[in-house]
Amino acid sequence: MKMEEKIKIEVRHLSFYYGSTPALKNITMKIAENKITAVIGPSGCGKSTFIRCLNRMNDILPGTRVEGEILIDGQNIYSPQVDVIELRKRVGLVFQKPNPFPKSIFDNVAYGLRINGVKNKRIIEEIVEKSLRQAALWDEVKDRLKDNAFSLSGGQQQRLCIARALAVEPKVMLFDEPCSAIDPIATAKIESLIHQLRNNYTVIIVTHNMQQAARVSDYTAFLMLGELIEYDKTEKIFTNPSHRLTEDYITGRFG
Amino acid sequence: MKRKKFIQVISFLILRGCAYLILAVLLLFIYDIASKGGAVISWEFLTQAPRRGMTEGGIFPAIVGTFLVTMVTAVISIPVGVFAAIYLNEYARQTRLTRIIRLSIRNLSGVPSIVYGLFGVILFVNAMKFGTSLLSAGLTLGLLTLPWTITASEEALKTVPQSFREGALALGASKWQTIRTNVLPYSFSGIITGAVLGLARAAGETAPIMFTGAAFYLPSLPHSLKDQFMALPYHLYVMATQHHSIIKVRPLAYGTALVLLMLILAINLGAYITRYRLRKIKME
Repeated sequence: MKMEEKIKIEVRHLSFYYGSTPALKNITMKIAENKITAVIGPSGCGKSTFIRCLNRMNDILPGTRVEGEILIDGQNIYSPQVDVIELRKRVGLVFQKPNPFPKSIFDNVAYGLRINGVKNKRIIEEIVEKSLRQAALWDEVKDRLKDNAFSLSGGQQQRLCIARALAVEPKVMLFDEPCSAIDPIATAKIESLIHQLRNNYTVIIVTHNMQQAARVSDYTAFLMLGELIEYDKTEKIFTNPSHRLTEDYITGRFG
Repeated sequence: MKRKKFIQVISFLILRGCAYLILAVLLLFIYDIASKGGAVISWEFLTQAPRRGMTEGGIFPAIVGTFLVTMVTAVISIPVGVFAAIYLNEYARQTRLTRIIRLSIRNLSGVPSIVYGLFGVILFVNAMKFGTSLLSAGLTLGLLTLPWTITASEEALKTVPQSFREGALALGASKWQTIRTNVLPYSFSGIITGAVLGLARAAGETAPIMFTGAAFYLPSLPHSLKDQFMALPYHLYVMATQHHSIIKVRPLAYGTALVLLMLILAINLGAYITRYRLRKIKME
């Protein structure tokens, strides 16, 4: 596949092991800047493992091992010089299940700023509002910013988590099945939100919902049993896949 | 069919009986001590020193001493216990060494308190030259409560959902920032409750303090950490077994026991209330 866009992330021969069990096998792919790339595949294919390699969240799992390289803006994020804290500020992650902190709505969004040492109240307030607007949540919560985040509905909580990630101004946003725990209406809101993020962020979204991948993404990668089977423009994958396995999967013959 | 139901009813009664038995024992216990010691409780008893060879007067110095030695214990056991628990639960990987540490903690909690007392004499009184003092006794009680504080804190840390940690780390928080801002506030009520229950236990111990700092009788209150002190449990022990006229001072001994019991019940109750309040705040 030829890619006209600027390359933001380059994955080279990436393998990942839980103990001696490989979860990802020799994955090589380029991810375009300010585009949405979907990662699809059956359960247990390594989608979540893959996305969590991109901000090194897998580091916290004991007994795991990474091989290969991931270059973001040309720099290998697994090289020893890289500060993993800086990396995670540049590469935000939204989890499968909404995971707001047991704090107020405001404090949730301000969290990333405060741990980075931002003290100026006015700046924090500005960024919190901007992030909540970006996450299409501002109008729903602007009068109750002091309420506990747990008082929000599941869909609102997930948008809050998106706002929280946006507040630290990352360049890359990772979504790990962000809609799997919420209802269809909330899902539609989050999808349109992700679609808008494309203008300013490189977005990678893991999903087991193929319609979702088809609706929101520009590129789609199909993983199976830890291997990258096919990677192409979303349109091509869903209308004219080159690989038999891809076709079987998207037509619902397994998965 | 009938037989089955009959067995069920009987089993249920036995289970319920066992649960009620605990309550009954505690109430009987309090009743016994209160009925025999209640008469001597007065404002004077609580605020004055013993007089005439401890056959009259009150137990004020013992109350103060128990309070002070418990404070020293708290200063030692809460930080050390909480930090050790944070290390074990948040930082340490599962290795042979951490398994040995955990096993040691479990074993330490089973060591008889008199052994702690002797250990305190060797280490704090003699080797570190703190003498028989508030400091030595507090340190000894601190060691005694450490296994409880560590275990309770670790249990509290375990209740924090992993997603709180991951969420913070994904925003670029360091491990310590994650613990400080997201893990400790959530587990605070559990840690405090565990620590306070450990202190309540320490406050009632006699054996660890009788060689390390508690005194039979002192004419004045302790002025520094290097002074000896009187303590409620030791005072009770003295009144019940060592006094020159045990029969005569029996009501005073029961009065002392009642005060000690009430003190410990109050601490425990305080811990439960704190926990309940903090939980409510957390859920709102």
